[in-house]
Amino acid sequence: MKKVQFKSYYSQYFFLAPQLLILLIFLYWPIIQTFKDAFTMQDAFGFGSQFAGFDNFLFVFSDPSYFTAFKFTIIYSFVITLITGSIGLLLAVQANKVLHGKNVYKTLLIWPYAIAPAVVGVMANYFFSERYGLLHHLFNNLWGFNWYEDVFDAYIYVIIAGSWKQISANFIFFLAGLQAIQKTVIEASIIDCKSNIRRFWTITFPLLMPTTFFLIIINITYAFFDTFGIIDTTTIGAPGSETKTLVYKAYIDGFKGLDLGSAGAQSIMMMIIVLFITIFQFRYIEGKIHYN
Amino acid sequence: MTRYISSTINHCILLIGLLIMIVPVWIIFASSTHSSLFINTNGLQFFLGDNFIENYSRVLFKKSGFFNEITALKMFFNSFVMATGIAALSVITSLMAAYGLVYFKIKYATIIFWLIFITLLVPLELRIMPSYIVMSKLNLVNTFAGLILPISASAIATFFFRQFYKSIPDELLEAAKLDGTSSWRFFIDFLVPLSKTMIAAVFIFMFVFGYNQYLWPLIMTTSEQYWTVVMGLKTMYGSISDRFAFVIMSMIPPVVIIVFLQKLFIQGIFQNK
Repeated sequence: MKKVQFKSYYSQYFFLAPQLLILLIFLYWPIIQTFKDAFTMQDAFGFGSQFAGFDNFLFVFSDPSYFTAFKFTIIYSFVITLITGSIGLLLAVQANKVLHGKNVYKTLLIWPYAIAPAVVGVMANYFFSERYGLLHHLFNNLWGFNWYEDVFDAYIYVIIAGSWKQISANFIFFLAGLQAIQKTVIEASIIDCKSNIRRFWTITFPLLMPTTFFLIIINITYAFFDTFGIIDTTTIGAPGSETKTLVYKAYIDGFKGLDLGSAGAQSIMMMIIVLFITIFQFRYIEGKIHYN
Repeated sequence: MTRYISSTINHCILLIGLLIMIVPVWIIFASSTHSSLFINTNGLQFFLGDNFIENYSRVLFKKSGFFNEITALKMFFNSFVMATGIAALSVITSLMAAYGLVYFKIKYATIIFWLIFITLLVPLELRIMPSYIVMSKLNLVNTFAGLILPISASAIATFFFRQFYKSIPDELLEAAKLDGTSSWRFFIDFLVPLSKTMIAAVFIFMFVFGYNQYLWPLIMTTSEQYWTVVMGLKTMYGSISDRFAFVIMSMIPPVVIIVFLQKLFIQGIFQNK
């Protein structure tokens, strides 16, 4: 907060009102509705509903497919974070080193960032289709690829589709992080340590820590929420519900299955997970990582 | 000598990265310039064909046979209206809200602060079904307002602007106060011009974010008249080369924006760090 501020009885509310109004109607109202759904049970015909306590939550926990979705979401965010983070970092380090063509590389590497996940999914669809798919043929020749029956193959499908564009985001932020490191630090470290690789892991990488943690959070949120468009245009959760993310499952149960209680309970579970990630982010990252 | 070797390795790794990014899109583009018959018999293509103009103009302008009621051109129009609306509304409301939070002594400051920022924990995907019910109660299904408003209900931009305002030296307001500037004038004459880069960056970010929305338009539009490009991709009919052409066209607006305005975008985001 500023030390010097305006003192006024009403004008601050004039500035705050538009956003608060939009948030109240289009965010708080639905959230309250979500909580209401989560704690009520509707009868089979949708005529009436009654307070159900934690029954919807118990139902969700006793549903094995919820754990399948949970397991998949964890694996998916971990693998996407690992793959896109390491490739993004590798490319950013190279792009930061080269003397010629830095901007050309940068431009040609960042554009997939702008493509919608759903568009990436539709594209991946063609590469994994039995009829036209180059990747389908390649993997099929290697080990007999069949994503709509084999869980592992389906994982490969959605992981490739999900990682591709996210490499760009990691590249952009790592490159910016590398460029923010002061030249004098690097020059001094060159005198002390001749080995490029050791210098990277002992000097450069620790200095990149804030960027790395920021990207871990970005990648996890991406894998949780933005991959909806990818799942819905590629496997649609197949085989069975093995490649449904938590968000995708909540959508299917609520919108297609019309089970508002279960969908509401699942949404609240997700909110708690996001809350934990955020607390972790503030506590751990803001506290332990030093920018200078 | 070792220098040449290591720089060659650098370039090689970068080239592999470029290929991973470019080749998939190139193959779809090259395939979109062939006739469907050719694709169906020969598979995906790496070299360009002769049907570029024919395929692309057919997808853009023809209604009947491919879409029941809507052309791709209309979908682009809808996407632009939606994305511009989302970007403009988020920038204006967030710029104002951040100003209210940073530059005023507010009675219930902490409550209002949390009321705004806790919303970052609840992305639209988590409240999709109740949001739909709220929108249908408000009669906003199949309207642009229905497409725009719930996505503008986000505090991300407010967060960015707040960080930026906090980095502006206090002396600016002190000097302005000595001159007797009103809070409204200070906002319009000082802060808005100072935030130009940030405004542009947030606008670009929100525009691309809005254009790329998939789930929300899918739910909010039962009438084809309001279909947007990204959601139309899955539901559209047509031959295989038409679909390739539509995929390629759908990427062009956000990619062009990010490529040409990348400096502005990256500058704006990193001013905060």
